[in-house]
Amino acid sequence: MTDQDLMVSEDELHAYVDGELPADRRDTVEAWLASHPDDAGKVVAWRAQADLIRARYGAVAEEKPPQQLDIGRLTRRRTGAIAAAVAAVIAAFLVGGVAGWVARGVETATPSDLALFTSDALDAYRLYTVEVRHPVEVPGDQRPHLVEWLSKRIGSPLRAPELDKIGLKLVGGRLLPGPNGATAFFMYEGPSGERFTLYCGRTSDQEMALRYTTGEKNAAYYWVDQNLAYVLSGPAERDKLHEIAQAAYDQIDQRKPPQGG
Amino acid sequence: MSDFRQRIEAAIPALRRYARALTRNAETADDIVQDTLVRALRSEHLFQGGDTRAWLYTILTNLNRNRLRSLSRRPVLTLIKDSDATTSGPEAGGRDITRALDELAEEQRSALLLVVLEGLTYREVANVQGVPIGTVMSRLARARAQIKAYLDGERPALRRVK
Repeated sequence: MTDQDLMVSEDELHAYVDGELPADRRDTVEAWLASHPDDAGKVVAWRAQADLIRARYGAVAEEKPPQQLDIGRLTRRRTGAIAAAVAAVIAAFLVGGVAGWVARGVETATPSDLALFTSDALDAYRLYTVEVRHPVEVPGDQRPHLVEWLSKRIGSPLRAPELDKIGLKLVGGRLLPGPNGATAFFMYEGPSGERFTLYCGRTSDQEMALRYTTGEKNAAYYWVDQNLAYVLSGPAERDKLHEIAQAAYDQIDQRKPPQGG
Repeated sequence: MSDFRQRIEAAIPALRRYARALTRNAETADDIVQDTLVRALRSEHLFQGGDTRAWLYTILTNLNRNRLRSLSRRPVLTLIKDSDATTSGPEAGGRDITRALDELAEEQRSALLLVVLEGLTYREVANVQGVPIGTVMSRLARARAQIKAYLDGERPALRRVK
């Protein structure tokens, strides 16, 4: 055995405490601790910390989870919440425009962004999807350039979801003013020329799952992911729109946590 | 109920424990667990098999990080959590460790709790946090050193003065 083999690193001390040390190093580490009181003191302290943490929080796992976390209830709520949102929107339209929508409120922290984004996105949808010659500023065949440019202007890395699998081609995109500054606007086209748009800008809203809003002809799904609000707009065919929103949502959602220590 | 849902349901007590220690606030913790469950149920089709529990820890850890980020952009609201500030004796240990955890950077706290409280291996923590094992080790080392310094400093009465 060389001197190198007899040296014990701090990483090994952690591994020893956490039961991750290879069995053939155990004796060496224990011999080391017997002759290095400072390191032995660290090991004792780390174990004591772990005991304190387990003593303080361990019992939480013995508690009966609150009703809020009931799986059956959560599964039912998903359809219930959408129905409630639709009811709120209909009520809001009856009362009159955005003011009614905000006053009615939904069970969100800040309904204003939801209302503002959805309203702006639907305006942009109606304005640009009827354009024949100039629907977009940058065409879809320049996708990397488009995404890079818009990401830079929004100040967040964006993705233009690939929706080819569900029959939608990227027409392109443009930069638009939005409720909280610069907003990205992507347009997609289906095989029979029907158009859908994805509107995306910064928000301080909490993460939020899909919310459906419908008008007479057009409808939208709104969601928030990582400080970006998204609105997918299209013809008021709920199932089709949901399929597209879900596909876009899932693609945007598949991120890795950032690297770094 | 599907096998997938059953496995999610079985993980709830451990998720609550982790979330409680991660946030040190019962209400926030259960809200995050709820968001985690909703997201997991919604993403059933994305789940490629493997360890459901580790996947849930990953979702929860990311949601909490996003929550802290959006909080940091808002005006600071100081929440006074310790209603038992006068507690002394053995109970004081719990209060000290909570405060010590408060002092840690989020990724250090998460690494330490996943190892110590949730019993994940270093490899599993590396997957949850999306970093190499070496980074997990250094987070763990910094967390432990900082807690030790905090607890040692907190109890001057126990220090022997020569």
